[in-house]
Parts: sequence; C-alpha cells; structure tokens
Amino acid sequence: MDLFKTLQTLTETPGPSGQEAGIAMVIMEMWRPLADEVREDRIGNIVAVKRGKGDGPRPRLLLAAHMDEIALMVRQIVAYPSEKEGAEDEQAHGFLRVSRVGGVDLRHLYGQQIVVHGQRNLPGVIAALPTHMLPPDRGDKPYDLDELVADVGLPLGELRNLVSVGDFITFRQPLRRLLNNRVSGKALDNRASVAAVTVALDYLQKREHSWDVIAVATVQEETRLLGAFTSGYAEQPDLAVAIDVTFGKGPGAKESHLFELDGGPTLGLGPNVHPGIHEALKSAAETLEMTVHVEPHARASGTDAFGLQVARAGIPTGLVSIPLRYMHTMVETAALRDVRRAGRLLGEFAAQLDADFLEKTARKMMEAD
Amino acid sequence: MNDLLQKLTEAVGVSGDEKQVRLLIRDLIDGHVDEWRVDALGNLIALKKGSGASGLRVLVDAHMDEVGMMITGADSDGTLRFEAVGGISPPALLGKVVQVGPKQLPGMIGARPIHLLDAGQRNRNVKIDDMRIDIGAKKKEEAERKVSAGDRATFLTRYEESGRVALGKAFDNRAGCAALIELLRGEPFPFDLYAVFSVQEEVGLRGAQAAAFGVRPDVALVLESTPAYDLPNERDVSPNVVMGRGASLYVMDAGTIQDPRLVSHLMRTADDNNIPYQIRQPGGGGTNTAVIQRAGGAVSAATIATPTRYAHAPTSMINLDDFGHVVQLAQAALRNLDAAVLQR
Repeated sequence: MDLFKTLQTLTETPGPSGQEAGIAMVIMEMWRPLADEVREDRIGNIVAVKRGKGDGPRPRLLLAAHMDEIALMVRQIVAYPSEKEGAEDEQAHGFLRVSRVGGVDLRHLYGQQIVVHGQRNLPGVIAALPTHMLPPDRGDKPYDLDELVADVGLPLGELRNLVSVGDFITFRQPLRRLLNNRVSGKALDNRASVAAVTVALDYLQKREHSWDVIAVATVQEETRLLGAFTSGYAEQPDLAVAIDVTFGKGPGAKESHLFELDGGPTLGLGPNVHPGIHEALKSAAETLEMTVHVEPHARASGTDAFGLQVARAGIPTGLVSIPLRYMHTMVETAALRDVRRAGRLLGEFAAQLDADFLEKTARKMMEAD
Repeated sequence: MNDLLQKLTEAVGVSGDEKQVRLLIRDLIDGHVDEWRVDALGNLIALKKGSGASGLRVLVDAHMDEVGMMITGADSDGTLRFEAVGGISPPALLGKVVQVGPKQLPGMIGARPIHLLDAGQRNRNVKIDDMRIDIGAKKKEEAERKVSAGDRATFLTRYEESGRVALGKAFDNRAGCAALIELLRGEPFPFDLYAVFSVQEEVGLRGAQAAAFGVRPDVALVLESTPAYDLPNERDVSPNVVMGRGASLYVMDAGTIQDPRLVSHLMRTADDNNIPYQIRQPGGGGTNTAVIQRAGGAVSAATIATPTRYAHAPTSMINLDDFGHVVQLAQAALRNLDAAVLQR
C-alpha cells in the first residue's frame, strides 16, 4: 500500500466535524477490501469488522481513529458597501463571517485557502483588512472572528443564492512530501491515525488473529468526542485502543516531554489508559523491535480514549499516538514512518491477543507487583 | 484560464532574485520586440520600435519582483530562520506553505502549537523571529546541504479562476507584467516603446530608478496592482479602490502627484472608449512612478493599476474584467498619445 497516496486521499478529502460524509465514503471504500464487513452506523461512524479465526463468539477489539477535522462554518453574510450605506445588491460584494468548528488556531487563519460548501463548492480565501486600517486600540493581537471574512469573490446577490448561514467551510491544502519522508498538510490530525488503522488492517491480512477487530473511524472528536462515546457503546467491545496525534518536537517546542518526529509512536499512560493494555502494546512493540515512547497524560488525554473508557460498564482502553508538529494548523507535519509504525504496532497487538487475555489482564489488577 | 497570468504568478521572483521571471518574460515577448537587454540591476528592457509617426520616447514599466522571504540560517533541528523581503505582515506568514531556494523545495512556516501556549501568548501575534520554515530536514547540516543562507522563499500558491475572479500569489505585480506583455504583443505604436520589467520595487523602487535614467523617456506609464480594501468594516475606512469596478487611476499617493495632463488623457480615453475606471482614493502607498518621475531631469508619468485584494499575502484575488480594462485602457491611451497631450 502506498502510504503517501493513502494519506493524500485521506487528508485532502473534506470531513469537518458534523459533516463527515465525504471522508466517510472514502474510508469505507479504503477499508472494504481489508475487512469482512464495512458499514456506517447511525451517527456516521464507519465501522469495519475483520473477524478472527475460529468459532464465535469471539472477543472484540475496537480500534478508534477519529476522521473529522477542524473547520469553519458560515455565521453571517455581510456586504461591502454595508447595507446601511445604501448598497444595491448587484453592485455590492458579499463576504462571509465565520464561526469555528473545533479548535481552529485563529493566529493562522489569515490568508488560508478554503472551500465554502454551499450549493456548490466555492474556492476562496480567509481575509481581513490590514491592521493599520483597524481601530488603533486593538493592539498586536491576532485577527479575531469579527475582523476576518471568508471571500469567494462573488457579488452579494449571487452569494446569497449559493451560500446559507450554517454551511461548512473547510481548508484547502494539498498534502506535500518534505525531506526525510515527512509529510505536511491539513487534517493529519487525525487522518494520519485513520491511515495507521488502515495499515493495521492490511497487516492482519497476513497475520492470523483470534479476536474480532473492529476498526472505527469516529465522528465529531474535535467537538465532543461523540463518535467514541457512541461506538464504544454500540460495538460492544471488550477492549479498545484510540489512535490520535500528539505533540512533536519542533520550532518553539523543544521540551523534553515532547516527541521527536520519526522517533516512533507513543503509548499513552494515565487515567484514560488501562495499565494492562499499555503493557500489552509495549510487548507488541518489543516483538516488532520497534522503538516506542511512554507518553504520560496526568489528566484527560484529550482523545477518543476518554470517551471509550467509560462506555458501557467501562472498557479497558489503550492509546497510541503519532507525533505531529504544528497541531491544528494547515501545515501539520508528521513522519510517514511513524504512521506506518503505529499501524504495524496495532496490527501486531491485535494478533497477539489470545482467548484468555482479558482474564489475565483482570487478574493482574489484583496481583502485588 | 488566462495562460499569461498563470505562468507569471506561479513563477518565483523575490526582490533581488528575479531571474526566473526575467527569463520567462523574455520567452513570452520573444518575436514581439525588436531588441532587449538586461541592465546592471537586472531590469529587462525591451524595445518595440514605433511606426515612425511620433518622435516621443515612451517607457512602460511593470515591476516583476514579488515580496517573499530570505533564509538567514538553520537551527540545530534542521528548521530554517528567515526574514521578510518587502512588506509582509506576520499573520500572512504563519501556517503557510512556501517554496524555498533554487530547487523550490516545499516548506511549512510553523511555530509553537497553540495548545502549548498560555492565554497571554495566544492573544499576541507570533513574531517572525519565532517562526521557522520546516523543509523536513532533521539536522542543521542536512538543511544547509539543501538550502543556503541568502536563498529566497516565497508562497507556494497555484493560480486558479472561479467565475470572474482569479486567485493566486504575486498579482502584485505580475498582473502589471501580463498587461505590459499584452501591449508588446499588439501592433507597433506610433512611437518607440521601451518596456521595462523592473526589479526590486518591493524593497524601495530601486530597479525603475536606474532603468528610467537609462531609457530617458519623455513619457512613462506604470502598470501596477493596487490594494483593494473593499471589505465590510464597522469603521469608515478608505477602500482605496473596489475590485470589479474597473481599471484604477492614480492621482496622488505617498510618493507622487501624477502628471495631471496624463491623468486627464487617461480619463478622456477611458470615457471615449467606454472603459470602466475608478480613481484610486488619494493617500498612502507608492509605485515606481515616484522614481521614474524624477529620473534624468523629469519625466511625465502616470499609473494604471489592477485592483487587488490581499496583496502581499499567500493568496490574492483580482477580477479578470478589471485586468482586461487595464490592458484596454493602456492600449488605447498609448495609441492616441502624442505631443499635444503634453501641451500646457
């Protein structure tokens, strides 16, 4: 499988939180040849089931990677000149005020290319007046949402016909290959993890496994962790692993608790993570002679693991992450090899699960170290 | 798709390093000019001989440089430090994709992610000093093998059209270059026309100053791109010009009062030919007209510009009809330019 091409398709397809249908279809097609069954659930999660060998009922491992991306939404249609200045519609230009969907970094917005998903897709740009034309008392702060507009270059009347308040706006940025097989673009958070799950499913084509593996591309992680809560319930997993991105070391981010790009995936450890799953992931990495790093999360991990862990009567949950630079920007940067490593690790972990894994793991919770 | 605008805006030519654009333009005007030369600063000066009907010497200028960045060094983690070349605001740089050095390597302008900032830091713009260009190199030495200090970088933006607007980088001033090329590709004018594709406008109008002295014209026309500030705003701000309302004529800016005889000539020509135009609101800003006007003992000079939204940003926007009107107006005004226009 050509991982760059896979990621290119995954990152360039729009799928804002709450309107994942576009990316969902792509993932469905991508997973169909790798699984026994692929479907879309009631809330829009894509669920692929790769059945284990042997007679059922088999225990179920859920791998969750969210497929939604941060985006914008049309908040208001505004005009230049303003209507109070008596603009006639055919002369006036139309612009869009926007809201954020998920944690978009305002400091990066100015000058970004976008697509407004109206009656048809409209290419445009996020713009603002130069700061010297704004009130002098605003200071040296980033443009805020009342100063920024989305501009698709249309007259007001035409814009009103094509675009409604509530329409989604996604960012446009082709995936690019940098030196050392690093890749950069938008939505690597979290399509890099969707790609890793794809690698895992591919790995399991050649590796026998006794558990059922349920791959889920979840919706609305960036806003509410919604898909994790619902699939953690609906799929009745015995065990779950969330896959997400984590902070890579980079410019302005040198601290020792951040992770080198191309240094291998990280294994989350903290309240959202079951220590037994953490250990099992570690030993899968040892089998593969793969370097992994422990990533301590003192509180909530900010990932689907948070939602999965408390689904039903509680699910033993693990967390695997891929180091990423410039998170929540249009230049998110990761190492292709980390994506592949995360995928192989998940595949090996799944293959190593045996019939009494849950029982052993539960027993260890009561054993003195 | 406007082929000229696509080729010209996608070419790379940051101030002081305009070679790629210079070579492209030479190819684009080949066969349409009688001679060309490159002067000491790198200006491309082409002569299109006239029909002989007029003895005027006419210079038409369009600067071919664009704003960008210069690489100043590599950090130990392989990311690149840079400075801005020309006036680019820091928000236009953060989180944008650029092309670096002669190999045009893709690079990403990054900084510390917002999740790792406290509230105070989130509410300040990131300084260029705190941004780096990331080309994927792992170490300083690797970065230095790929990119050298002094290499230029510019935005990596593809040209595209959507309805009557075009989106792309560097319409300032490849729109002017494209208009000038259109003039050269037409029939000869009554007079000798010197086309100057000038360098270093964005760092102080330097190329045109030397070129105008070298050409010693009687009359000069500057083809430019001027910012349109026609965005909704609570305050009453000057829109400068409005996109879609025609070619814009300068009367006065921070650097010049344009020759009123030429301005009247341009307005009269536009009126006679039903070419939409607008007067750029007098105020700040400046063009090569400022230096051409005072070259070699004074030149009568004026400016026609394509209104451009978001100049000096990764993606700017023009209206293709405006661009067409700039070409039409320049064409018509030069065709009927004679010594009588300059009579007092």
